[in-house]
Amino acid sequence: MCSSAAPTRVQVVERILSANDTIAASNRHLLDHAGVYGINIMASPGAGKTSVILKTLEALQGRLRFGVIEGDLASSIDTDKARAAGLPAVQINTGGECHLDAVMLANALPSLPLHDLDLVLVENVGNLVCPANFQLGTHLNVLIASIPEGDDKPYKYPGMYMGMQALIINKTDLLPYVPFMMDYFRQGVEILNPGIAVFPVSCMTGEGMDAWANWLVEKVRGNSG
Amino acid sequence: MHELSVTQSILDIALKHAGSRTVKQVNLVIGQFSSIVDDSVQFYWDIIAKGSLAEGAQLRFERILGEMTCSACGQVFHPGKETFACPSCASSAVRVSKGREFYMDSIDVE
Repeated sequence: MCSSAAPTRVQVVERILSANDTIAASNRHLLDHAGVYGINIMASPGAGKTSVILKTLEALQGRLRFGVIEGDLASSIDTDKARAAGLPAVQINTGGECHLDAVMLANALPSLPLHDLDLVLVENVGNLVCPANFQLGTHLNVLIASIPEGDDKPYKYPGMYMGMQALIINKTDLLPYVPFMMDYFRQGVEILNPGIAVFPVSCMTGEGMDAWANWLVEKVRGNSG
Repeated sequence: MHELSVTQSILDIALKHAGSRTVKQVNLVIGQFSSIVDDSVQFYWDIIAKGSLAEGAQLRFERILGEMTCSACGQVFHPGKETFACPSCASSAVRVSKGREFYMDSIDVE
């Protein structure tokens, strides 16, 4: 009776980021309520996130109304580009954080005229590790890979390649100049993420943008219908 | 890089389940494909748990190795760094079977 009791084990079994997941679910509810489709765009720095967004806008002109949320680390350069292109755009300064989380998106969403939009593109912080862990509540996680990064990325960052529902392979115009084994790359992708939709594109030539944009329009209309 | 937010979540969940009891140990299960650095989490933990009922608690990480299963021949294997193809039959009809774990299994309280 006098000896100190041995610790008692309490079963928890809870996802470590469950609090983030809960807020992500409420973000989703907010988007659904407004009839807006949200996509979370992830990539390493320099893969061409902003260029893909601007080219996507061109390809969707007149078909969908959309806004942009930028998660750049410290500047508003990307937001300025988006506004110059006529988009409702909101900047999230993550203050050095390596990823967006659901709280940051929850704070940013009310700044957009959601009821006037069909689609919100969220540009995550350029990073192939951290963003994969933090669900935002968007409907679709999109990863942009690019040819100069190399064909080994699925093997080096499997967490990221498992956490997406669509893959854009940007800068295909560089294929003649860079040793990139597409079959090897796509084999890794297919194992980590069976059946995923893949869109090779070039923002320089515009090649492949129509296929991506048409697929996205289908997704958005399928969601609202 | 995201270890601070992860550590904060671990503390919140542990305290929620501990109620008024003292947390002595936190048992976490982390798969190979879930990227966090144990040492950094423990480092942040020692700072942010200070003054709470979890101060001084040990974090125990059960690491789950990534595992793949070959749909063609049934071979179960740990993926290599440069290829995920089956080491037995070279098939690429392979699926991830373990390594995504990222949860708190239990806490030890007094």
